[in-house]
Formats: sequence, structure tokens, C-alpha cells
Amino acid sequence: MIHARGLARTFEGRGRGRKDEVKAVAGVDIDVETGEIVGFLGPNGAGKTTTLRMLTTLLKPTAGTATVAGFDVATQSKEVRKSIGYVSQSGSTSPEARAGEEIMDHGMLYGISRRQAESRGRELFGQLDLEGLWERKPQAMSGGQRRRLDIAMGLVHDPQLVFLDEPTTGLDPQARANLWTHISELRDTRGATVFLTTHYLDEADALCDRILVIDHGSIVASDTPDALKRQVAGDLVELVVADAAQAAAAAELLGRVADAELAAEGATVSARVRGAGHEIAGLIRGLDAAGIALESIEVRRPTLDDVFLDLTGRSLREDA
Amino acid sequence: MFWRETFIVFRRQLRIALRNPAWVIIGLVQPVLYLCLFGPLLEPLAGTLGAENAYTLFVPGLLVQLGLFGALFAGFGLIAEWRAGVVEAERVTPASRTALLLGRILRDVLQLFVQGIVLIGLAFLFGLTGSIPGMILGLVITVLLGAACAAASNALALTTKSEDVMAPVLNSIALPVLLLSGILLPMTIGPQWLQVVSDFMPTKYIVNAIRELFTGDFFTITTLWGVVWTLVLFAAGLYVGTRTFRKENA
Repeated sequence: MIHARGLARTFEGRGRGRKDEVKAVAGVDIDVETGEIVGFLGPNGAGKTTTLRMLTTLLKPTAGTATVAGFDVATQSKEVRKSIGYVSQSGSTSPEARAGEEIMDHGMLYGISRRQAESRGRELFGQLDLEGLWERKPQAMSGGQRRRLDIAMGLVHDPQLVFLDEPTTGLDPQARANLWTHISELRDTRGATVFLTTHYLDEADALCDRILVIDHGSIVASDTPDALKRQVAGDLVELVVADAAQAAAAAELLGRVADAELAAEGATVSARVRGAGHEIAGLIRGLDAAGIALESIEVRRPTLDDVFLDLTGRSLREDA
Repeated sequence: MFWRETFIVFRRQLRIALRNPAWVIIGLVQPVLYLCLFGPLLEPLAGTLGAENAYTLFVPGLLVQLGLFGALFAGFGLIAEWRAGVVEAERVTPASRTALLLGRILRDVLQLFVQGIVLIGLAFLFGLTGSIPGMILGLVITVLLGAACAAASNALALTTKSEDVMAPVLNSIALPVLLLSGILLPMTIGPQWLQVVSDFMPTKYIVNAIRELFTGDFFTITTLWGVVWTLVLFAAGLYVGTRTFRKENA
């Protein structure tokens, strides 16, 4: 559905008397198959939106190629636009227009008839829990409703591929969870392919079949959320020994199975252990044999936060 | 396809505007205020300015002013739309980018047309007499000028994307144009140097042409110059506007 090779975009910053080149996206390869939900994850300024704008024909790449829904973004932009829906970060409706009219006009700009636009619009309002809001102005809607209206706008022409740019930014947790259900349904009930950007790890984890991690304009990882978590970080094993004097001995034993450096503080010893489920039994036996009593033992699966930290050396929350 | 898209954009713009009472009322009150508050001041001066009827001098100036200033500020609405994501949402549809611009300009042109009719109609009550075909032609010229300004204003809005940049730019254009085009008073009463400066102002020729048209002089060199300048500005405005709208990442 999406095949990009070496897609790059350089912006020319205008400094005082000198020319700066800012590499927003430095040559990315992306492959998305039909029916996938793929998350595009990265901090602000990593190049997510720029990549998305290139794939949706809003921005011309300075290098590389991309075919989207079977058409070349550079030479067949009109065909690409017909086949895709794009829900941008900034919204899509005038605050003082009426929701139903906005979606009908939008549909008609895609070339569908007035009647078709109305029936599709009403159907989408039903599916996205927007019943009764046909005459409502977007300025009188809640954030979640407005976001769902944006999604309805992006779906009015029944696209096979939907781009969602940070769909849940600024929503409260309940509205986010609700929107996630709707996004999953896009694929499950309509068979649409979904490509979404997010800087929420839990969102990528909950929604996506596959995650692409982008940082400084390059893709640094691409895999399923589970594989990413397995591959990069290992599970965190945390031991609390009953007697702090035995902490060093416990650390030694843990160190034998650990992947990375140990962290020890008082009676607490922790380390990343690859495949902890497998190693933990031996570890406990070893501790037992050495006569080390445990206060507690905890195994934490890595979060995507850990993955991100591991891949880029910084936390996702330290926004650029 | 192109005209259908243009019409969809136009109808959407008009619908939103008509629901805004401020847009309707201010649009209609503007010409009325000028006539009522400024017209009486000019009436006693008409003779010294070389006009038989004060309003054939005054109404063409007001028409051009409406055309210039109403339309020049049309771009502000586009910035708000851009911020709401509307422009981007429209640009991701297969619709022609020129249609997105033209639909917007048509709304501004319609507003200008209605304002012009109200202005001329009211002026009759105040005592305007002159050539009706000339007035119609004058209105057409005004509308073309307005279309050029609206296109340029939309282009500027899409380039700057900021009211804070656009307002000073427009004001710095609008003030000299207003003063040097003889919109309110004909330039002929000014000193030589001022007249020479105003010779470089295309809108002066347009105002003069509409004045002649109002009095029924169709085939004069002044009228010709006014029509030529109107067409030049119209073409230039549409060119700049469509180029900006077609540009990527705008």
C-alpha cells in the first residue's frame, strides 16, 4: 500500500546572509501492506509530519521515491489524493461552519455526488458516535467529537488508506480510548490500511501491528511492538533482599544472567535480563542455594518507553 | 469538474459568511456611511473641482475604495481557515488548487458587487445623475479590480500565514494608494509634484476612467487607460494568486 525508498526532504532555512539546510527527513524506506495498522513513532521534530506530508502529496520530496496506493506521489498526485484519506493534526473544519455541511462539501470536492456525500456522511456520523451533531458547529463540540468529525471528513470518500497525524493529541484518557476503538474498527470492519503518527508509546502499543521509530529524520527501528520490546530492552528484574548485607552477593548472581549493567541501591538490585521468564527459575534456585533470602522479586516487561530510550539514547518525553 | 469544485468552495464560503451577521451588516453599512457622512462635505466643493454633479466625482472614488480595501483584507479570513486546518484538508482532496482560490474570490467579488449596487442605488437618492450604462461598466471595472485584490490578498495570506505580518504590509500598501489615486479628491487640485507622483499609481487611472464613464464619456483616452490598467491588475492578481495556491507546501 505504501512503498517509499530513500524519501528525503531538506528545508532551506534562511539565516542572516547564509543558507542553512535543515534535513527534516534524511532518506527513509517505508513499506506498509494492505490491511496493516502501522504506527509512526517519534518525538516532536523527528520528521513524522514531514514524512506524512510527503506521502500525502502535500509536500514534494527533495530526494527518493514513494508509491502510495499504487500511484507515484510525485507524478500521480491526483490519483494518490483520490485513494487516501488524511486527517491532519490541525483539524479540518471551520469552527463556525456546520458539521454536516462541512463533510458534504468535503466529499463533493472528492468528486462524489451530493446525495452520496450526504448518505456517507450520515453513515459515518453514526459509526463514529456523532449522531445528532449534523447541524452542530465544530466550535460547540468537545475535543473528542471534533477529532471524530475530522476522521469522518477523512473517510467520506471511502479511501483504502487512511493517514492519521497524531489523532489523539490533546484528548482526555477516556476520549483517547474511545478513539482507539474507532481506529481499530477502520481496519476490522472496513478493511482500511491505517498509517498513524503518534508520540504516545502506549497508543502505538495498543493500536499498531507494526511500529516504525523515527528520530532525527531517520528510521531507527521497525518491528511489531512485542518484538521491539523483546529485541531491545530485555525484561527488568528487580530483587529486594531481606538483608542489605547480602545485596552484593545477590548482585553477583543476577549479573550472571543479566544483559546490561546492574543497578544496586541499598537492598534493591535490578538489571535487564533477556528472556527473564526463562532465566528466573535458575536465578531463584541460585539465590536459594547461596542462602540469600528475598523480600520480593519483580519482573517488568519493557515498555516502549524503554525501547525508545534504548534506540535513541533519550526519553520520548524530552521533546526536541 | 473545475467549475463544480469552484462552486462548492464558493457556496461554502458564502454560506459561512451569510450566517455571520457582522459580515452582512458591516458590508452594507460601509457604503451608506461614506455617502451620508462624506457626501455632504463634497457637495459644495463639486463646482471648484470641475464636476457638474458631485456624486459622479464621489461615487466612482468610493467604488474603487470598496474594491481595493474590502478585497485587500479578504485574506485575513484565509489565515483563520488555514489555522483551523481547512486549507490543508481541501488541498489533500483531488480538487484543483485554482478552484480553491477562485471559489473564495467569487465570494468577495459577490460581496463587492452587492455593495456597489447599494452604493450607486443610494447615491441616486442623494442626487446622482449620469450615464446608466457608464455606471454599469464602472461597476464591472470595480469588480475586476476587487477580484485582483482578493486574489493578491489570499496569496499574501497563504505566504505569510500571520495576521501580524499581513496587517502592516497591507496598511503600508493601502495608505499611499488611497492618497495618491485621487479616490476621495481628484489629483488635479494638487500641486505639480504630487500629480507627477500619482501618475505612477495605476489605480488613479482606474478612478479617473470610472469618473468619465459615470458622466457618459465612453471613448476617451482616460477610459482606455483605466480599462487597460484594470485588465493588467486583474491578470497579475490572478496569476500571483493561482501561482501561490498551486505552490506546494503553501
